[in-house]
Amino acid sequence: MANEVILLDFWPSPFGMRVRIALAEKGVKYEYRDEDLRNKSPLLLQMNPIHKKIPVLIHNGRPVCESLVAVQYVDEAWNDKSPLLPSDPYQRAQARFWADFVDKKIYDIGKKTWATKGEELEAAKKEFIDALKLLEVELGNKPYFGGETIGYVDVVLIPFYCWFYAYETCGNFSIEPECPVLIAWAKRCMQKESISESLPDQQKVYEFVLMMRKNLGIE
Amino acid sequence: MAEELKLLGAWASPFSLRIELALKLKGIKYQYIEEDLSNKSPLLLKSNPVHKKIPVLIHNGKPIAESLVILEYIDETWKNNPLLPENPYDRAIARFWAKFVDEKILQIAVKFRLAKEKEKEQIIQELGEQLQFLEKELEGKEFFGGESIGYVDVVAYFIVNWLQVQQEVRQIVFISEEKFPVLCKWMGKLHEIDVVNGCLPPKDKHYAYMRAQIEAAKSAIK
Repeated sequence: MANEVILLDFWPSPFGMRVRIALAEKGVKYEYRDEDLRNKSPLLLQMNPIHKKIPVLIHNGRPVCESLVAVQYVDEAWNDKSPLLPSDPYQRAQARFWADFVDKKIYDIGKKTWATKGEELEAAKKEFIDALKLLEVELGNKPYFGGETIGYVDVVLIPFYCWFYAYETCGNFSIEPECPVLIAWAKRCMQKESISESLPDQQKVYEFVLMMRKNLGIE
Repeated sequence: MAEELKLLGAWASPFSLRIELALKLKGIKYQYIEEDLSNKSPLLLKSNPVHKKIPVLIHNGKPIAESLVILEYIDETWKNNPLLPENPYDRAIARFWAKFVDEKILQIAVKFRLAKEKEKEQIIQELGEQLQFLEKELEGKEFFGGESIGYVDVVAYFIVNWLQVQQEVRQIVFISEEKFPVLCKWMGKLHEIDVVNGCLPPKDKHYAYMRAQIEAAKSAIK
């Protein structure tokens, strides 16, 4: 049976990276297409008419939008290997809870560390570290959030790691002294090919952020 | 085995009500505990230390928070009358629409509550545009779940009901039968089903509560 998989994505997007990692974990061959978000392709507009956003996973012509929805779809559609969600309902609920926590906190607060100044920036940095510390407690002394192997929360959170350098440099703060356990986890994740091949270089992300700051008129 | 199931909720919260509906649709017995959100109980603070919000489902002492997470937990633990479809693609579509309702519909409705008079017209239009997507998705179906009530129906019912109550209290049209015949018919159908309408708060109490909220918001904006 023909299994055509296309991913409409944008190289620095942490949301897109989640889907790349999930597909890599499952060994799925797919076509990666980078979108110009100022000039969205007809295919993107057709496949995600409601939000007009990436990532969009297109499987045999059918679109799946929203990164968390897409990661769960990949887990369920290719359920023959590397399960991302655990099998126990309570543990699955915990994984979904923490994925939702990452979605609510990390992106928006992280953005404030490079897009704001003064008091707003200081408040954002504190909130950001507090959120990471809560995640550290959840990780505990497990190698991964998924336990012995990469799981759903690992896939959802690790993309932000390649943005940490940009956050730290723009915001003038350092994450590792505050969250050594989380940074150790991130480095452990980066040893995995499915992750290291899916994340762009942090310097490139930083340059992208500098360009965005310029466009937004932030100095 | 004695199962202990507690739901920490708030009578007017659409997030709390959707959990009650899910439990009732599956015929699951539970103990409902009403939370005073201005004076949160030690149990709530212990069970959801991260967000300190309702609803929280506590199953045999183990807490689950976030309404959509709770719904999936219920569906996976009690497999009768399934809410989510079996097929992975259909499940992805259901999850997409649940997120859409909570993010687009509800967020815009909340924006309206806090908006200045001159912004309101624009927000009603924005809401209408998003509701059109929902209207289109429902076209040709009995329920979002197909032939029977499903995950998206449970998620959306109380949010759309909230809009309908707001309409009556504010005397503003958000969701007219003329523009949204499919959604209005779907709500009408759900209102007729005992297990569903039985979850709604008492009308008078609900209206009074909405009025009080509107007054409070007005004073806050001034």
